Amino acid sequence: VQKIQSLTTNIGVVYSGMGPDSRVLVRKSRKQAQQYYGLYKEPIPVTQLVRETAAVMQEFTQSGGVRPFGVSLLVAGYDDNGPQLYQVDPSGSYFSWKASAMGKNVSNAKTFLEKRYTDDMELDDAVHTAILTLKEGFEGQISSKNIEIGIIGTDKIFRVLTPAEVDDYLAEVE
Amino acid sequence: MSIFEYNGSALVAMVGKNCFAIASDRRLGVQLQTVATDFQRVFKIHEKLYIGLAGLATDVQTLYQRLVFRHKLYQLNEERDMKPETFASLVSHILYEKRFGPYFCQPVIAGLGDDDKPFICTMDSIGAKELAKDFVVAGTASESLYGACESMYKADMEPEELFETVSQALQASVDRDCLSGWGGHVFLVTPTEVRETNLKGRMD
Repeated sequence: VQKIQSLTTNIGVVYSGMGPDSRVLVRKSRKQAQQYYGLYKEPIPVTQLVRETAAVMQEFTQSGGVRPFGVSLLVAGYDDNGPQLYQVDPSGSYFSWKASAMGKNVSNAKTFLEKRYTDDMELDDAVHTAILTLKEGFEGQISSKNIEIGIIGTDKIFRVLTPAEVDDYLAEVE
Repeated sequence: MSIFEYNGSALVAMVGKNCFAIASDRRLGVQLQTVATDFQRVFKIHEKLYIGLAGLATDVQTLYQRLVFRHKLYQLNEERDMKPETFASLVSHILYEKRFGPYFCQPVIAGLGDDDKPFICTMDSIGAKELAKDFVVAGTASESLYGACESMYKADMEPEELFETVSQALQASVDRDCLSGWGGHVFLVTPTEVRETNLKGRMD
């Protein structure tokens, strides 16, 4: 059971907040992505999927007898417009980011990213930066057993790294 | 008389070198009587995408309006024009939605896709897509059109030659079909311009 999940072959998502709520959103988003494909025979662009997911979240802030989703999502994908990252909040507002953080220690993490992020980073550098950012607020020993990393490159395939790969990156960071 | 032959129509689309041509006749009939000689069957969806609709005239017009609606919404949402292949999938979907009470239309779709590569396809009234590399035809004169196109078509024709070929193929075919004709309407689309021409042929 993973925190990072894929929505389509080229779009992945991770959440911060209530796990069960995120599962509902993942299901809905996956269905919406497939419906788009069924209609246009074209993979859904990242912006469109984010927009539709955000619309669902907004619905739950205005309908009767329901409560807002207790999650913020980070959606990462690669489409014709290149790699993209979006954050979606429980209110249903979404933001495009070059680098972002959520959850515990978010302010420190964002400051750290502002210093460390550059536009021309390679994928490996990005993974290193991400690990270092996580490490900042991490309680206990960081290892492949207690973190997950998802990547998407020019191959446009989103995948979660295996524990062995995570260990390799962790070793490089040390 | 079949419902597809009620109004009469002739449509052809042909691929050239970095260009395409889509052409139709102009007759609108009510069975044997001719009612209009300026009926439009080929419509623009965007600068590089055209659709021709053969078959029952009322469905031609309604389907066109529905498709324009969908495309405008797509443009607003996605901030880009639809690719021809995507549009073809959309048309196929819309037609199949009415599988058990269909639109009596046969669409012919022609456009310039990524890198201005010409794309043409046709489908039946319930959305079965048929992609082709050379030409596609539809309407009451389709059998004649198949023959004419097959013999006149050459690969990689320049725009001027393509225009001549399409016009001749269309005129020859509708002259053998009593339900289509009364002029022709040709769109010759290249990456830089669109040439729209009205043909005068046998007005019968």
